[in-house]
Amino acid sequence: MAKENVKVKILRYDPEKDQKPYWKTYETAVDAGSTILDILNEIHWKLDGTLAYRRSCRSAICGSCAMKVNGANILACETPLHKYKGKTLKIEPLPGFSIIKDLVVDMDSFFDKLAAVKPYMITKKPIPNKEFIQSPEEFEEIKDSTLCILCGSCTSSCPSLWANEDYLGPAALLKAYRFIFDSRDDGAVERIDIINDRNGIWRCHTIFNCMEACPKHIKITEWLSKLKVKATENSI
Amino acid sequence: MKIEEARKFHKIDAVVVGAGLAGLFAALEIAKKGHQVAVITKVYPTRSHSGAAQGGIAASLANAADDSEDMHMFDTIKGSDYLGDQDVIEFFVAEAKKTVYDFEHMGVPFSRTAEGLINQRPFGGHSSPRACFAADITGHVLLHTLYEQCVKHQVHFFNEFQVFSLLIEDNISRGVVAWDIRNGGLHTFHSKTVLLASGGYGRAFKITSNAHANTGDHLSLILEKGLPLEDMEFVQFHPTGLYRHGILLSEAARGEGAYLLNGKGERFMESYAPGKMELAPRDVISRAEQTEINEGRGADGQDYVHLDLRHLGSEKIMERLPQVWELALNYLKVDGTKAPIPIQPTAHYSMGGVPANMKTEVIKDAEGNVVTGLYTAGEASCLSIHGANRLGTNSLQGAATFGRIAGQSMSQFMGENGYQKMVEKPQDSALQKISALTENKGKEKHALIREELQENMTKHCGVFREEKGMQELQAKVKELQERYKEVSVDDKGNAYNLDLIEAIEVGNLLSFSEVMVEGALARKESRGAHYRTDFPKRDDKSWLKHTLAWKTEKGVKLDHSKKVVIYMDRYPPLERKY
Repeated sequence: MAKENVKVKILRYDPEKDQKPYWKTYETAVDAGSTILDILNEIHWKLDGTLAYRRSCRSAICGSCAMKVNGANILACETPLHKYKGKTLKIEPLPGFSIIKDLVVDMDSFFDKLAAVKPYMITKKPIPNKEFIQSPEEFEEIKDSTLCILCGSCTSSCPSLWANEDYLGPAALLKAYRFIFDSRDDGAVERIDIINDRNGIWRCHTIFNCMEACPKHIKITEWLSKLKVKATENSI
Repeated sequence: MKIEEARKFHKIDAVVVGAGLAGLFAALEIAKKGHQVAVITKVYPTRSHSGAAQGGIAASLANAADDSEDMHMFDTIKGSDYLGDQDVIEFFVAEAKKTVYDFEHMGVPFSRTAEGLINQRPFGGHSSPRACFAADITGHVLLHTLYEQCVKHQVHFFNEFQVFSLLIEDNISRGVVAWDIRNGGLHTFHSKTVLLASGGYGRAFKITSNAHANTGDHLSLILEKGLPLEDMEFVQFHPTGLYRHGILLSEAARGEGAYLLNGKGERFMESYAPGKMELAPRDVISRAEQTEINEGRGADGQDYVHLDLRHLGSEKIMERLPQVWELALNYLKVDGTKAPIPIQPTAHYSMGGVPANMKTEVIKDAEGNVVTGLYTAGEASCLSIHGANRLGTNSLQGAATFGRIAGQSMSQFMGENGYQKMVEKPQDSALQKISALTENKGKEKHALIREELQENMTKHCGVFREEKGMQELQAKVKELQERYKEVSVDDKGNAYNLDLIEAIEVGNLLSFSEVMVEGALARKESRGAHYRTDFPKRDDKSWLKHTLAWKTEKGVKLDHSKKVVIYMDRYPPLERKY
């Protein structure tokens, strides 16, 4: 298998040793066709066991390995090295979250905000013996939003969140959309009450960073705009 | 490392190890019944590997064509190559429908038929379109929905915690000890019940669809407590692993009509399973692919074959198989609408695991005696529904249904029983494992030992197996176990010490791999996913029985006295043809 040389700068930080994060450079050779995750594994397994990062599924569905590479949030497992055309890689943790160690960030606030929007189906009508009937068109309304893998790339890329850490952020709002627009759900009013707030949907300034960052290409800004319309209708 | 300072103690009714479909469904049931439940997971719940399942969840709803529980039962039995226990399968196919409706009521976004019903697609080995699906992200939406419900019902999550030991004394489970990955330090959980639901063991192989997390830790913990594992030699190799990466391209691709082509451009399944072609069961297709490759008919003269989607048209590909298309594009730069995709067999599903009865109680011998308070469900367990080979979409169903059953069994037990006394010095065993790695002055690296193990397992205990290769493998595993004693970790810190976690995992891989190889060597027949080139026939006279395996001081002890449950009047063993 052909090998390819690669130079990688990784933002390192160990809370037990370091005052603040610093860049460390690694040079290694990896198989052609390697992904960013393959490179991190190679460094961790062969060069420096102390490097910390999250990863699990390797197939862009678990959402563990979101990080910032050469200025953009990506999933390390699905991003091939060839995309960077021989440039030095600069790998750092997702912005907007505090660092636990190296590329591992504290996602607690992210999951807390998700929980705040009542991210579960609320049904007040009787439960049928079989399934609720939902037309293909009704399913289509939520299909795109259910692709979200909660990797945090969108929320981490949002300037509104950088400016105000109390903002719910795109991922939590997308989850609110996913239920409010589900034909089977009866919890729209209580959820809109939560997001119709200065730290809720109105802090989205339609910057589109979230959509650019989303590894699943979800039309987040579009769905959030529909949420704004819904919230406005409900407040009138 | 200052482990002593960080010791923590939790007393809680139930501990669930693993946050995939089985663990979360159990936790939800337990929480709904009013018990306190802690879910311990190495990752975050939504990162569990159930989420990577793509194609569907089996249930005979008959929404897309005629179907029945009996048909589902027969297909599962035949798929299992008659090693599945028929009483469990009968219960499973009946409960499967309830599980799917439960999921739908929780809000799972299923793809729909024109009438608004849950849509169903064909799948390998199933005689009717039985796979309830959500595009090709079925596992993902089931997992997220269960997580959402657990949030609603206030399940306690211990995310990024790894269990280092089981607290079992006098045949009674009393809790677990787990390492806090994020901060470092050991936590002791004292509980009335423990559920092991931490998935499969595919990481023992080099080419695998499994996540980094799927290191089968619970298996080694069970062996360590002198308890047995069941049918560990049965590992499913999925036919459509992305070339070199091993990650999964859903069987849904073939369900939707994709072809498998060899280097001559032939649909080679014609020669192996003319009746079912690309929808034959996975073990049959993986062997066919490997044979084509071994006999020089790989695509492009290489060690892969092709998955061809092109004739489906881009509209169908984008609607039904968007993930398959995107994975091939990102990883191999192949646009599936324009070119065929290189694939190879990949270690995928673990049919073996921790033996349990239909109530998911862990059993400790061939007679079915249970370990009090200990349960297991999902891929971690061996009940045995899937026998020698699992059908696609029966895995999500098995995990969810028996997770639900586990939650009910555990709730009943907790309602009737109090806490048992905690063991003396519960953290001792975990502390020893840590210090053996952090204080070791040896020069061995766990990553290199793991790579050697994985390469040898794929080579000698993969799609095709034979005695000589497995004997070499056996010696290799022993050698690696010895070398493992000289492993030291670079990272001696507390915070997110990935080095330590991986070193512990490699120890676990080595421990249960030995059992897998012993089981495969002893089973001198070919059945389902276990194929011996030196014993190519199924042997019902000698081998309609399960393997139980213990680790003793003298090595692996095997017991083949646990017979397969067969309804001879209804489903007697037949030759398995497709």
